[in-house]
Amino acid sequence: MKAICFYFQIHQPFRLKTYRFFDIGNDHYYYDDFANDEIITRIAQRSYLPANAMLLDMIKESGKKFKVAFSITGTALEQLEQYVPEFIDSMKELAATGCVEFLSETYAHSLASLGDPDEFVAQVKAHDEKIFQLFGQKPKVFRNTELIYSDDIASMVAAMGFKGAITDGAKHILGWKSPNYVYASAAAPKLKLLLKNSKLSDDISFLFSNPEWESYPLTADKYIDWIAALPQEEQIVNLFMNYETFGELQARETGIFEFMKALPRFAKEKDITFWTPSETLSKLKSVGELSVPYPMSWADEARDTSAWLGNDLQNEAFKKLYSIAERVRLCDDRRLKQDWNYLQTSDHFFYMCTKHRNDGAVHSHYSPYETPFQAFMNYMNVLSDFIVRVEEQYPLSIENEELNALLTTIRNQAKEIEVLNREVTLMRNNIIKAEEGDMEPVVEDKPAEPAKKTAKKPAAKKTTKKVAKNAE
Amino acid sequence: MFGWEFPPHILGGLGTASYGLTKGMYDNGDMDITFVIPKPWGDEERSFARIVGANSVPVAWRDVSWDYVQSRIGNVMDPQLYFDLRDHIYADFNYMGTNDLGCIEFSGRYPDNLLEEINNYSIMAGVIARTVPCDVIHSHDWLTYPAGIHAKQVTGKPLVIHVHATDFDRSRGNVNPTVFAIEKDGMNNADHIITVSNLTRQTVIEKYGINPEKVTTVHNAVEPLSEEIRNIKMKKGKDKVVTFLGRITMQKGPEYFVEAASRVLQKTHNVRFVMAGSGDMMEKMIRLAADRDIADRFHFTGFLKGRQVYEMLAASDVYIMPSVSEPFGISPLEAMQMGVPSIISKQSGCAEILENVIKIDYWDINAMADSIYAIIKYPALYNHLRDRGLAEIDTIQWKKAGAKVIDIYHKVIGH
Repeated sequence: MKAICFYFQIHQPFRLKTYRFFDIGNDHYYYDDFANDEIITRIAQRSYLPANAMLLDMIKESGKKFKVAFSITGTALEQLEQYVPEFIDSMKELAATGCVEFLSETYAHSLASLGDPDEFVAQVKAHDEKIFQLFGQKPKVFRNTELIYSDDIASMVAAMGFKGAITDGAKHILGWKSPNYVYASAAAPKLKLLLKNSKLSDDISFLFSNPEWESYPLTADKYIDWIAALPQEEQIVNLFMNYETFGELQARETGIFEFMKALPRFAKEKDITFWTPSETLSKLKSVGELSVPYPMSWADEARDTSAWLGNDLQNEAFKKLYSIAERVRLCDDRRLKQDWNYLQTSDHFFYMCTKHRNDGAVHSHYSPYETPFQAFMNYMNVLSDFIVRVEEQYPLSIENEELNALLTTIRNQAKEIEVLNREVTLMRNNIIKAEEGDMEPVVEDKPAEPAKKTAKKPAAKKTTKKVAKNAE
Repeated sequence: MFGWEFPPHILGGLGTASYGLTKGMYDNGDMDITFVIPKPWGDEERSFARIVGANSVPVAWRDVSWDYVQSRIGNVMDPQLYFDLRDHIYADFNYMGTNDLGCIEFSGRYPDNLLEEINNYSIMAGVIARTVPCDVIHSHDWLTYPAGIHAKQVTGKPLVIHVHATDFDRSRGNVNPTVFAIEKDGMNNADHIITVSNLTRQTVIEKYGINPEKVTTVHNAVEPLSEEIRNIKMKKGKDKVVTFLGRITMQKGPEYFVEAASRVLQKTHNVRFVMAGSGDMMEKMIRLAADRDIADRFHFTGFLKGRQVYEMLAASDVYIMPSVSEPFGISPLEAMQMGVPSIISKQSGCAEILENVIKIDYWDINAMADSIYAIIKYPALYNHLRDRGLAEIDTIQWKKAGAKVIDIYHKVIGH
């Protein structure tokens, strides 16, 4: 008895428009709406929508035996809601079959797990809320941006209460071991791991239509035979890929849709079933622990994080971005928070990659920029403007701790004022009562007045504090 | 080889490239190179090639003694060669205005009577061709094409011409018909044409109608800097320095640099801009800078040479070459050697091989300004371009370029 676990990734970044340095401080809108609209609409028409229709058919035809999982980033969801709302509807329809599981991840497809634990947790929460709001599911299995994973990340993920996590079956981690088992994290043994079977996944997403590949053309029965031929003990085959595989990376004409549609039938013949990640985790036990001291991912030859943080440009941008993280979290300006999310998307760092050869080709294929330097310059200009805006809210001359303390004082004072106000009203009422000699019950809250006062008061306090600070 | 310039007395990139290539070819071994220039000064490096001065090649017979020759031109030529050459005078050129040794004087520069010098150079080439045995004739740039053709006719040996620039680059399309004719004639007569970039190759094929099979690109390279030059340290002030270095002519796009500078200065103040060099557009640029109200931050140094160039680079934070059309453009490579991040126009030949530079369209002033701003404001970018640039430049060697030229020689000799 074997099972296939499919998981598809959907992600789109908010690409930045050409943003010159003289826009810094003048223009606070950063996005290339035209490109974002054009790209997501194109991919949705060619890939997401027909693939959704295909999955729905497959689920129905198989009598709900066919199951898949999705991880859709918050940024992609926002774009889809805005530009291709019919996709959200079709996704809801899929979700309603009960054969689709949604995975958890960071809202912005960010690299927060590598630099800012607080931000990481906040983003995962934000993402899961969004998924619940749209599809009514609370994700139970976590997959990080680009399958980035390490022992440290495992601990954070386990602490958030996830049962399992998904990552890559990288050779340098697995060694002789097979990815076709469930493993557990060495750092957090309760967290089970599902590993991508790279060979079988890439056969579909990259090699499928390559006529020079020795196994070309790939047919569903051949593919299922390969899986059936795996050793008896290897029970789970994790096929993780970009959802664009269907219709975009592999064009419709290559027959990729027909290939997929035929899979369940041949799988049934060989007694192979389909499981979602949660199902897999509940049915299989871990065969051993995996230790991953350094972060790994599913990208490039090296399967590490060098695609995003491999050169000094990327590191500088990353450092600058997260240097203001605490400030941004203190703010409650929604526009600012939104930009903060969009700017964290890992793609911006991916575009700055200066690797050559095979990996480099992949990078330049996806990049809207001609060179990594342009990517860096544009991003840094935008980031500079963003920092200016954050600074306008809270000047950088004040230390974070100090600011925190000030904000707490303000909040405490606000509470105090509220309490005092309440007391005042109470007293007034008592006085009125005493004067009138009435025995009416005391009205406890009088919301309109105190609320107004508390709203006003902190602002005034803040400025006086600031002045005091500057005077020093 | 026929050339026009040779270091240390050079007027432009042609001399540097001729020197580097010759040395690179010599380093590949088994090469015997004679390099003819109009006017040697005696301080040229001669370890890898025999330098022959056109102004010491007799074209008219004079009865002079060994000692006299030794005293007159001993510093630049072996008297024996003089007498060998004298034995091969092929016509009476006494009417040409020859000197006491029967030689024609050359300025070795680009004088007003340039066409006459080119013609004289070609006459002189006939004598050399008859004296010095060779397997291949190699002409550098249009000035020496007539000489190359002449030598080919005399010896019957294959002619390779090296296109360092075409008149289309120099004139922004306003081609001088005489120059064009000389260039076209050289290309037609050549057995093979070497261009310094694919950009130039395209010009040769499209504008001169040459069969693409006959044209090969061999990109230029750079000589490693001497220890002394690498160690030049200039005191850096508070202000960042952005430098344009080259002839201030239409071809180099200086006005785009001024415009970009004015945009940068609108936003930030701790920058100075330097336009080093001279040329016919200098005055116009001074006026433009004043007109944009940035004259207090925009400086002109006049023509720099030798060590001054490197001192200027050592004092710079950004190097910029906004050339409208640059067949190759060796100066960004020199800037990279000095650890100065460079911005170059996509219309430059060197953009084809350089990786760790910022490439922009010469007319895109906004992108240019943005790149300048980014390099001076974002240290990561500055460091990245500096470090990777230094590493990259080490791999661009004349020896490799020389090997490619030798391959071409083998091909033309084989025919």
